[in-house]
Amino acid sequence: MTVFRAAVFRTRRVLPGFGLSLGYTVFYLSLIVLLPFVALFLKSATLGGERFWAAVAEPRAVAAYKLSFLSALGAALVDAVFGLLVAWVLVRYRFWGREIVNALVDLPFALPTAVAGIALTALYAENGWIGKLFKPFGVKIAYTPLGIAVALVFIGLPFVVRTVQPVLEALEQEIEEAAATLGAYRWETFRRVILPALKPALLTGFALAFARGVGEYGSVVFISGNLPFKTEIAPVLIMMKAEQYDYAGAAAVGTVMLLISFVILILINLLQGRASRRTAQG
Amino acid sequence: MTIIEPAAFEGRSPAADRPPHLTEPRLVRGMLIALALLFLGVLLVLPLIVVFTEALQKGVKVYAAAITEREALSAVRLTLAVAAIAVPLNALFGLAAAWAVTRFTFPGKNALVTLIDLPFSVSPVIAGLMIVLLYGAHGLFGPWLAERGLQIVFAFPGLVLATVFVTFPFVARELIPTMQALGTAQEEAALTLGAGGLRIFWRVTLPNVRWALLYGLVMTNARAMGEFGAVSVVSGHIRGQTNTIPLHVEILYNEYRFTAAFAVASLLALLALVTLGIRQSVERRHLRRAGGGPAGVLAGGEEGG
Repeated sequence: MTVFRAAVFRTRRVLPGFGLSLGYTVFYLSLIVLLPFVALFLKSATLGGERFWAAVAEPRAVAAYKLSFLSALGAALVDAVFGLLVAWVLVRYRFWGREIVNALVDLPFALPTAVAGIALTALYAENGWIGKLFKPFGVKIAYTPLGIAVALVFIGLPFVVRTVQPVLEALEQEIEEAAATLGAYRWETFRRVILPALKPALLTGFALAFARGVGEYGSVVFISGNLPFKTEIAPVLIMMKAEQYDYAGAAAVGTVMLLISFVILILINLLQGRASRRTAQG
Repeated sequence: MTIIEPAAFEGRSPAADRPPHLTEPRLVRGMLIALALLFLGVLLVLPLIVVFTEALQKGVKVYAAAITEREALSAVRLTLAVAAIAVPLNALFGLAAAWAVTRFTFPGKNALVTLIDLPFSVSPVIAGLMIVLLYGAHGLFGPWLAERGLQIVFAFPGLVLATVFVTFPFVARELIPTMQALGTAQEEAALTLGAGGLRIFWRVTLPNVRWALLYGLVMTNARAMGEFGAVSVVSGHIRGQTNTIPLHVEILYNEYRFTAAFAVASLLALLALVTLGIRQSVERRHLRRAGGGPAGVLAGGEEGG
């Protein structure tokens, strides 16, 4: 304890306000964020093991987790590919309207999700501008899992672009110069030199888009149709349970969602650590 | 769309002007640009256009009527009131947290920064649910609140609490990297010259971080006014009382009053465009002040929208 105190208080605190700012930060954080978590876990605990399991593992809930995680995964993959393309074009090339395009990338952050939801539904419904194009081929987008994925691609894109962009900007020209000197073709240079350097950022962007997609509600609820077992995502199921005053059931499903998301984020963090170590070793 | 060659621009980043062997052939460049623009056009621009065309489909009169009807106006008032409370609260927290985290070292600092980001990884629906479980009739504090005749869930305070939760990290996330990058030299100099804590904060720190703060405020506000999932759980959908703008849009939409729904939604879309405009000009100022450096700092702030 004394060693600990010495270590903590040895650092000189020149500027004033340490106690006040840290005290307020911890107090406000506990009140606004941590306390609600306690309420969630306590409520799920009131169910007891058996009923908790029954609420969490009922077929309708399992179908909802599956749909939420799979559509978020697919959407995040699409975002990773096209996000990389958009970041590449914005950083490497100069074209008319580049600054406007750059600003527009953040639209999904700024546009309220409910607005995105009804707009995407109007576009991808059978009589919508895009839905109409696919109808002759018998492809339905709105009110199917495909529509859910479209909404999640929309929501997740800026995460990938904004994490890859700064890394691409900071990339040294010399390594590409070296690769070219050694006779590498442009594509080879991209695949073996540039892409590995971007991999940690790409993984982070992917993880952020995925995490956001799993919990997304507003942009999905309109386009998904919300049929149990078919197009009902987990957040919609939680909302249904809450609206029927089944708060314990909602809390149980919510707890499972949170736990799975955290586990996946930790896994991706580990993966990312490995990717950046490998890059550092060359 | 004309594609202008690199030389026509004063390239801000070194990557802009590259010798031919370090960039792609012209044709490939053109194709990549076209593909990216097509993707963004379909994914981002079309939904934006649809909002306005649907809103104005039946003419300006119907549009004006939809956004000036009594329930729409009460939704606008409610949304403004919620944001007017939630944004300053989180701004104050962001300033305190950034000061504590960037000006001092203490054990558990990294854990604290991680916890500040926590609300970003929680589904808004779960966030709303947690507020209900805490303050609702059957919640942890429910009986205590009921005894005193206080209602939080299905009422205005619940909307504020849910909004504060989902917009919690924005200002702190924007300020922490900026204040970290600024360092403490100027503040310590002011201290040596005899300035007190508040004076240092007002005269030295605040002017230095004003653009980052503004950006954080704008993002907090955009999310606060547009929040849907969390607010939906705690609102109880009481017309004219607990319906914010996004909830009003949902009700109109579910009643098949599509034109009215899109008309009200277009107000939120305009807010989003203004937000992006401010963001862009703030970023430009950032760049001018620091000579191209903090693009990464700015970009770091958005993870999590």
